[in-house]
Amino acid sequence: MTTSMPSARRLLFWSGVVASCAWVLLPVYLVALGAFGGREAVFRWPKSIWPTDVSFQAMLAFLQIEGVFKAFANSLIAAGLTVLFSVLLGAPAGYALARYSFAGKNPYRLLVLLTRAFPLAILALPLTVSFIRMGLYDTPLGVSLIHTVLALPFAALVTQSLFLGIPREYEEAAWVFGCTQRQAFLKIVLPLALPGIAATAIFAFVISWNEVFAASILTVRERTLTAYLLTVLSESPLHYRFAGGFLLIVPSVLFIFAVRKYLFAVWGIGSK
Amino acid sequence: MTDRPWLPYALVAPSVLFLAVLFLLPLVQTIWLSFSGGTGLGLEHYRRMVTDLNFASAMRNTFLLTLAVVPVQVAFALLLATMVQKLERARDLVLWVWTIPLAVSDLAAGLAWLAILQSSGYLNSLLFGLGVIPAQTSWLSYETPFALFAGIAVAEIWRATAIVLVILVAGLQLIPKEYGEAAEIFGASPWMRFRKVTLPLLKPSLQTALILRTVLAFEVFAVVYALGGRNFPVLVGEAYTWQRDNQNYNVAAAYAVLIMVMSLAATAAYLRAFRVKPDQLS
Repeated sequence: MTTSMPSARRLLFWSGVVASCAWVLLPVYLVALGAFGGREAVFRWPKSIWPTDVSFQAMLAFLQIEGVFKAFANSLIAAGLTVLFSVLLGAPAGYALARYSFAGKNPYRLLVLLTRAFPLAILALPLTVSFIRMGLYDTPLGVSLIHTVLALPFAALVTQSLFLGIPREYEEAAWVFGCTQRQAFLKIVLPLALPGIAATAIFAFVISWNEVFAASILTVRERTLTAYLLTVLSESPLHYRFAGGFLLIVPSVLFIFAVRKYLFAVWGIGSK
Repeated sequence: MTDRPWLPYALVAPSVLFLAVLFLLPLVQTIWLSFSGGTGLGLEHYRRMVTDLNFASAMRNTFLLTLAVVPVQVAFALLLATMVQKLERARDLVLWVWTIPLAVSDLAAGLAWLAILQSSGYLNSLLFGLGVIPAQTSWLSYETPFALFAGIAVAEIWRATAIVLVILVAGLQLIPKEYGEAAEIFGASPWMRFRKVTLPLLKPSLQTALILRTVLAFEVFAVVYALGGRNFPVLVGEAYTWQRDNQNYNVAAAYAVLIMVMSLAATAAYLRAFRVKPDQLS
C-alpha cells in the first residue's frame, strides 16, 4: 500500500517507522556505550551520543569481578535445564493435544491457559521452604524447575500448533509401509517438527535467562546473572551495572533474531 | 490409533504431574502460609501487611503504573501493528527491530533506561545542551516522585509494548482482507474501517494482550528496582523485601495472595468486558 500513498503521507509514514525503530534501538545502544565506556564515560559531562570512550577494558574488568563469571555460568545452566525440562514435558503434551481427542483434553488446556493469567514467579515464595528441605534451594536446578513452570505452557501450546501443521496422513502412510507408530514418529514427524522444537527451546531459554524475581528468591550464593545483578545493584558503580545490563541483553536478542519467524505462531495461539 | 487409548494420557501425564507439584501445590502453600500463624488460621499476616508503612504507597504505585502503562502500550502497539500491515518493504527487518525488547529482561531494560535517566546521563546531557537545565539534575530520587514515576513508566512502555505488538500482529493476520475491502467498496474511510471492521475482529487478541499485560504489570519489580531502588515501593518489591530481608514468609505470602487475587480479578473483568454478545455478531 505504500506505493499508493501520496508522497507527503508516505514521508510521514516512514518517519514514524524510523522514529519507532530509533525508540527501540537507542536505549540498547546507550547501555552498550555505558558498558564499554568504563568509569570515565559514565561521569563524562555533558555526554556525547557518539562512542568516544569505547574500550573492551571496562567490559573485561566487569567480567573479572568475583561472582560474575559464576553467575553467568549458573544462568546458562538454569536456562539449559529449563530448555530440557520444558521440551521433554511440553512436546509430548503438545503431540497428544494435536493428535488425539481424549477426556481431560479441555481441562488440560484450561490448566495451561490458567498459568498464563497468573503471576507465576511469585510461586517461588512458598517454594523456598520445601526447596531447602529437598536440597534444591540455592541451586540452578531449583531455579530451572520454577522457570519450567513459566516455559512449559508455551512449549505445550507451540508444539501443539507445530504438530497440527504436520498432516496426520504422513504418519499413516508410514504405518502402511510397515513402520511402527514409534518409528513413524521418529522418522517422519520428528524431523519435520525439529525446527519448531528448536524455536520452542530458544523461547524457554530466553524466559529463564531473563527471569529476575524467582531466581533472586531461590538463590543466595549460586546466583544466576539476573539475581546477582539485582542483589549487587545498590552497591555497584554505574558502569558495572551497564555492563551487566548489556551482558543480559545480548544473548537473548540474538536468540530472538534466530526464531523471529516463529514469534507470531507462538503469540497467535492464545487468541484463537 | 484406537488400539492404545492410554497413550495420550501417558503423553500428557508428566507435564500434568509437574504442574501439579510446582504450580498448584505452591499455590495452595502460598494461601496456607498467608493465613496460618502461631495461633491457628487468621488474618494476622494480612493485618501486618496492610499496616506496614510501605503498603499504601506500594498499592498506589502498582495501580497507577498499571493504569498509566497498559493503555499506552495497547494504543502504541495498535499504531505499530497497523503500520506493519502497510509496510511493503523491509517488513521483516522493521518487525524484528520492534520486537527486540521482547527478548530484553526487565532488569536489563531498567538498566538501559538508567543509562539515559541517571544524573550524568543522556537525557540530562540533551537538556543541558538545549539550555533547559543549568546543571546535572537528578530525576530518580525520593524528592522527584513524578519524574521517577514517569521514568519507570517510560521504561515499562519501552520494554513491554513489543509483546502487545506481537499478539496484535498475529491477530491481524487472522482477519480476512476481504472484510476491509468490502467496507472500502461501500465507501468507508480508513478510520471507519479501522473502528468498525478491524477493531471488533481484533477483540480476542486485544483481550489476550490486556490480560497478559495487566497481570505482568501487577508483577512489576526489576525495572522499578533498577531505576529507583527502594524509592518507589511496589507490591512485588514488598513481597521480595519481606521474604529476603525480613525473613517473614507469611507476610510475603500475604502479598503474593493479594497480587494473585488482583490478577484473577483483572482477568475476570476483561473476560466479562470482552464477551462477544451473539447479537452483535449478526
